[in-house]
Amino acid sequence: MPQTVDNIKDHASLFNEPEYQALFERKKEFECGSSPAEIAKQAAYINTWEYREKNLAREALTVNPAKACQPLGALFASVGFEKTLAFNHGSQGCTAYFRSHLARHFKEPCAAVSTSMTEDAAVFGGMNNLIDGLQNAYTVYKPKMIAISTTCIAEVIGDDLTAFIQNARAKGSVPADFPIVKANTPSFVGSHINGYDVLIKGVLINFWEGKSRSEVTEKINIIPGFDGFAVGNNRELKRIFGEFGVDLTIISDVSDQFDTPTDGEYRMFDGGTTIAEVEGAINAKGTIAMQKYCSDKTLEVVGATGQPTAAFHYPMGLKATDDLLMKISELTGKSIPKSLEKERGRLVDAMADSSNWLHGKSYAIFGDPDFVYGMTQFLLETGGEPVHLLATNGGKEWEAEMKALLATSPYGAKAQVWPGKDLWALRSLLATEPSDFLIGSSYGKYLERDLGIPLIRLTFPIFDRHHHHRFPTWGYQGSLRVLVTVLDKILDVLDMQTAKTGISFDLVR
Amino acid sequence: MDAELKAARKQLVADVLSEYPEKTAKKRAKHINVYDEGNSDCGVKSNIKSIPGVMTVRGCAYAGAKGVVWGPIKDMVHISHGPVGCGQYSWAQRRNYVSDGVTGVTSWVTMQVTSDFQEKDIVFGGDKKLVKVINEIESLFPLNKGISIMSECPVGLIGDDIEAVSKKVTKEIGKVIAPVRCEGFRGVSQSLGHHIANDVMRDYIVDRAPPAPEAWVSTPYDVLIVGDYNIGGDAWSSRILLEEMGLRVIGQWSGDGSVGEIENGPRAKLNLIHCYRSMNYICRHMEEKYGIPWIEYNFFGPSQIAKSLRAIAALFDEKIQDGAERVIAKYQSLVEGILAKYKPRLAGKKIMLYVGGLRPRHVSDAYGDLGMEVTATGYEFAHSDDYQRTTEYIKDGTLVYDDASEFELEHFVKTLRPDLVGSGIKEKYGTQKMGVPFRQMHSWDYSGPYHGYDGFAIFARDMDLAVNNPVWKMHKAPWGEE
Repeated sequence: MPQTVDNIKDHASLFNEPEYQALFERKKEFECGSSPAEIAKQAAYINTWEYREKNLAREALTVNPAKACQPLGALFASVGFEKTLAFNHGSQGCTAYFRSHLARHFKEPCAAVSTSMTEDAAVFGGMNNLIDGLQNAYTVYKPKMIAISTTCIAEVIGDDLTAFIQNARAKGSVPADFPIVKANTPSFVGSHINGYDVLIKGVLINFWEGKSRSEVTEKINIIPGFDGFAVGNNRELKRIFGEFGVDLTIISDVSDQFDTPTDGEYRMFDGGTTIAEVEGAINAKGTIAMQKYCSDKTLEVVGATGQPTAAFHYPMGLKATDDLLMKISELTGKSIPKSLEKERGRLVDAMADSSNWLHGKSYAIFGDPDFVYGMTQFLLETGGEPVHLLATNGGKEWEAEMKALLATSPYGAKAQVWPGKDLWALRSLLATEPSDFLIGSSYGKYLERDLGIPLIRLTFPIFDRHHHHRFPTWGYQGSLRVLVTVLDKILDVLDMQTAKTGISFDLVR
Repeated sequence: MDAELKAARKQLVADVLSEYPEKTAKKRAKHINVYDEGNSDCGVKSNIKSIPGVMTVRGCAYAGAKGVVWGPIKDMVHISHGPVGCGQYSWAQRRNYVSDGVTGVTSWVTMQVTSDFQEKDIVFGGDKKLVKVINEIESLFPLNKGISIMSECPVGLIGDDIEAVSKKVTKEIGKVIAPVRCEGFRGVSQSLGHHIANDVMRDYIVDRAPPAPEAWVSTPYDVLIVGDYNIGGDAWSSRILLEEMGLRVIGQWSGDGSVGEIENGPRAKLNLIHCYRSMNYICRHMEEKYGIPWIEYNFFGPSQIAKSLRAIAALFDEKIQDGAERVIAKYQSLVEGILAKYKPRLAGKKIMLYVGGLRPRHVSDAYGDLGMEVTATGYEFAHSDDYQRTTEYIKDGTLVYDDASEFELEHFVKTLRPDLVGSGIKEKYGTQKMGVPFRQMHSWDYSGPYHGYDGFAIFARDMDLAVNNPVWKMHKAPWGEE
């Protein structure tokens, strides 16, 4: 008997016991599976150049994409506003999925409601669902604002949100002046980063429409973009701006919403950008988007007011942070504080101390376009050599920007850029042209297992490790943490590789 | 139950309902009840549309069809047909373990395969793309034993004919190509997705199964495990008991399942069904068409395991009946050891459940074995026959809720202050913020198996580590107000 009271074995070891191994053998007889020879042949074949070519030539099939759909991004953006209820107009299953997805990453509750459209709504339209949904959501959850985004069904049948909201107000679902923002977020266009963009744009349009810049304040707006590390990063931004002595408005700040304490109270809403801050943001000195591809449309709206804008690509590492600080300095007219210059020196210090371990290591990186850009830029600064750079939701513009970045460094010479490709394509790329390390999300763990390339988890979603999102990856401090994360993996792997013989299993490294 | 306590529970329900708009309160009132012992059902309405805006916990037909029933079949490629999201969010989230299979070569359970619809597919239709997707699957994954087409919302709205695609492509490649019309707007919950999934399994595999190969030797003891999705290995810790008592399991539907095992179906002598809600349909069909009887069983906790083993054995000869007794005796010392270790730590603890399928009732006696008591329970997507079955498990005064909203659940947790809540990922973290221990009872909170005797040991360990972890006494700062 495999199980004993003193040593209770769960799934991780129970099935390695002989009783279960024998059970698996008995089961095989009924499975009518392929022959061991066929399996071995195909298993070897999927690692070949020939298979790679077939795999990369796919025109219709997507396998293991590293992207999600628009309304997920819209939901994320919505909950960054104070007491704002994310409200999906469409099928309820979508909302259940978004909530689960974000909860699994942040290890936090994620509230959002749905209008629960079903077959009759598909035929007659979802207006009654929206009217009832607004009334229920407003009455029960008492939000200060409701942010509506759409899922496929509402988009395909062409529900008219503007008219529906007007009707809901007329019927008294919500008070006439209750703020409702909206975004059309069809899942068959773009990805979660576009959903983020259009929701933020919807918020700005709602509160800025018909207004113009009156008196310019000393404040700076930041639009963080869709960021799995938002909790740590938004707080780090606030700290950096604190050092500058500059007032900051983070437009959609989820850092408290996705980091509520366990103190006996469940807070459905916590923190977030206030409506007053959004209204005031039109008069800021400038707006900085931390992730260009999450903010294209939003920055158009900001730019149209005459406000200066700037966009970054998930700034990590030295130069990206330098550029960010110089941009803040330029926009505000304030000089870069000595305290931050000292932090810069500490990052350079750490990079120098560890340079012998970092130099020449090769990497494959996947994730959202801005993340891949920022990560690549930083690794190039460490003497790292990117090999494959992949963004399922990256396009031609991203590809060109990546190539321009790579051209700035001799260490970028080997890199290949893969816009629009998925992780099954990356499997072929790495099977034929491997890298030392793989950087991405938890989805990379299958590649790590199949190809033996160690995975470093540095982007959303991270389901199978905890709490990384509580720490920043931006700024000099955040970069330091990124550096340590990469370095730990490099040295852990070296220890594992040398443990057996003891040769090079060194106490000091 | 004490009349005063029961009245307090009824008041609790009234309090929650009073927070809703009148129309909503009236509707929700039919779904929440305090159970009166002796009644033949729980006194709640079920399988009715969710109310917009209240934050239902429910999912959709796609979740029921792809996520639950078809997804675990390991040697098929399951296409999430439509935009990228549905497949992405359900990618490898149910922990349907696989015993034999090389990912991407002979097993695709932990992969996300999608037609990733773009705007042009919506405008011009997705059938041509689907054909191409299937051909590319054949080229990249030639050892697959079949393909399922799991429709997402747009497919049904734009008038695509996936059945025609299936017909055409089946002829060309000679494999199972199963079109599953599980668009998320169909029905009111995951439940219709289960039903649709069962129907397609019937039409496209079971009823088309080739005759037994010549080498096949039937025995009187051939059974199927139906409605076990092998979450954390549940089907294996069940199968081991069935085999030990002398039965021959010729298929697992669908956890760790294969097309071969589904095709074995019509040759079974008895269908053993664990999750009644999600796979009763196919059992009824097989009874009607092939004369295969079926029996529900419950492998949570020693009381129910023994009861089920004996009930199953009673349908066979003495050899199997002796086998069942032998199995029960074999594990007796393990059970006693587990109870001796964990019962003192858990006795008297009160649990609140809100899950799907069969768990809101089936786990009840496993808790009971540990001296714990379920004080409130409910289902996301049950039907009236589930609530009838629930009466066998619950006590007088149990709070029962159907399709509960997050608002209701939060209110109940806050007021009842159970020692443990068992529900899903969406409920986990909010509950824990309140200082209340929690176990995910869909995914076993990344543990398991919980079925069978081996599983019960893990179940007991996990409930102990959930309830008795020191962290649950730490949420109040020492300088705070009393």
